Amino acid sequence: MYGGGYIYDPESKNQATIVEDPEMLAAFEAKIDRGEKIEPTDWMPYEYRRQLIRMIEQHAHSEIIGALPEGTWITRAPGFKRKMALIAKVQDEIGHGQLLYAAAETLGKSREQMLNDLMSGKSKYSNVFNYPAKTWADVTVIGFLIDAGAIINQLANSKGSYAPYCRALKRICAEESFHLKQGYEGFVYLATGTPTQRTMLQDAVNRWWPPIMHFFGPADKVSVHTEKLMRWQVKMDTNDNMRNEFLEQYVPKIWELGITIPDPKLRKNLETGRWEYTEPDWDEFFRVINGNGPCNKERLDVRRWVEESGRWVRQALYKPNEMYKMPLA
Amino acid sequence: MNTDAIKELLYKMGDDAFILGHRNSEWTGIAPTLEEDISFSSVAQDQIGHALAVYTILHETLGEPTPDFIGFTRNESDFRCSHLVELPNGEYDFSLIRHFLFDHAEMLRYRALTQSTYTPLAQLAGKIIGELKYHILHANTWVRQLGNATEEAKARLQSSLNELMPYALGMFEPGPNEQALIEDGVFIGEEALKAQWLQSIEAVIRQTQLKLPDITTLTPVYGGRYGYHTEYLQPLLYEMTEVFRIDESAEW
Ligand SMILES: [Fe+2]
Ligand SMILES: [Fe+2]
Ligand SMILES: [Fe+2]
Repeated sequence: MYGGGYIYDPESKNQATIVEDPEMLAAFEAKIDRGEKIEPTDWMPYEYRRQLIRMIEQHAHSEIIGALPEGTWITRAPGFKRKMALIAKVQDEIGHGQLLYAAAETLGKSREQMLNDLMSGKSKYSNVFNYPAKTWADVTVIGFLIDAGAIINQLANSKGSYAPYCRALKRICAEESFHLKQGYEGFVYLATGTPTQRTMLQDAVNRWWPPIMHFFGPADKVSVHTEKLMRWQVKMDTNDNMRNEFLEQYVPKIWELGITIPDPKLRKNLETGRWEYTEPDWDEFFRVINGNGPCNKERLDVRRWVEESGRWVRQALYKPNEMYKMPLA
Repeated sequence: MNTDAIKELLYKMGDDAFILGHRNSEWTGIAPTLEEDISFSSVAQDQIGHALAVYTILHETLGEPTPDFIGFTRNESDFRCSHLVELPNGEYDFSLIRHFLFDHAEMLRYRALTQSTYTPLAQLAGKIIGELKYHILHANTWVRQLGNATEEAKARLQSSLNELMPYALGMFEPGPNEQALIEDGVFIGEEALKAQWLQSIEAVIRQTQLKLPDITTLTPVYGGRYGYHTEYLQPLLYEMTEVFRIDESAEW
């Protein structure tokens, strides 16, 4: 699962401008213009490397933190089929994390450093995972709609310029489509099930809608410095475009099941071809990103528990004489 | 053939796999490394899959209820799992040693069952054995690795081994129809299995700096095969069926 279109980057404000060698930079940009991919050993501008690390790292964190809200439902999944599918799904998300940490490591930051930055709050993960999965219906909403959002974002990113990230995303997207299929199936079972099931589902959709609207990040008009990132094909589409694409593909699927969406303004404008909606509460978004959401503390506490309780295992495996080898990814 | 005896065998096998698969799945998302997280999830999925396969035989050939009904609606006292699989996960060393002790027995049990006179089980055993080889490979690798590593790792593994051994012996508690199973050639019997198992785990422990507890001094923890369980099974079942119970007539 993924992190959406927002890259948390408070450091950029204090960042001295780095003057790159103009010839190298021109060659680099020409390469991107020709549609060629950048490999780990190729020259790249400092800012390109820095932003990619941030983005891939945030994506990786989103996978392993995203495993937690659904993970708590593995032990409660109703019936064999759902139980096995959910374990497999959450397992896939951990596998995505593993692939992405490896992709980020090719840029020079170790998995350990990244995990430390996650725990200290220095680096972030997708905001949606700071909300609780309260009922079984939430599991189907996450599997269907959050994975759907992830696919839109990841498909766009998979066409980006950094080769190891693209390769990881190709594999990841194939699995995410499967999650979406499973999530949608579970969603349909509730939507077409007993009155209790329908009520559960409607309640879950109501609660998850605002975080889903936040998922792709702030509106383009308030989003800063995405121009260079788009030029370098780090960021592949605007937040608003991706949000629109999501609404276009999935709102009709929700409506056709008789489930409503808690936004009276939501409709497709047939003249512009774009979806219109109530602007999500961006203050809430930033409040949650900055640590004050309903589950931020819980999520990081779990990761700290993992770190502390598993330290003896990693120490036992540690071989001080072995050289660190950068993954090829 | 003695159908009651076969049912008894299938229920205890299915329940062991189901409950331990459930326990192992609790590691998904929180294991010590991402790689091990993925491995433990695979083991859990396999085990739950084995339970489903065994319950399916009960349902399709022996007239028992559907697998979901068997897994998600029975009372605690209807379960025939051993106490070993019911215990909470504890820390990683505890879960690893349990996985090691359990899957060695599981591998040998299914290997013996490939020769069973009860055809559905013999066929299933042939399929499952391939997966169990990987479970053993996984468990052995970790036990060898950690059992020869730091002082802390060795101490942890040893203390989990000491704690779990009486429970592991409880896996071999003979059920009421044990003799019939042996006479009908359905299964070699728990005593014979236990002897094979001891050899098999000893061979691995010998390659580590751990010590296998002297089993002659231990009292096996029995009761599970007769429906008597630890205090941990009921809460586990309660959690597991939480959603299912909201509406048992519903399809989820
Ligand atoms: Fe994912
Ligand atoms: Fe996913
Ligand atoms: Fe998987």
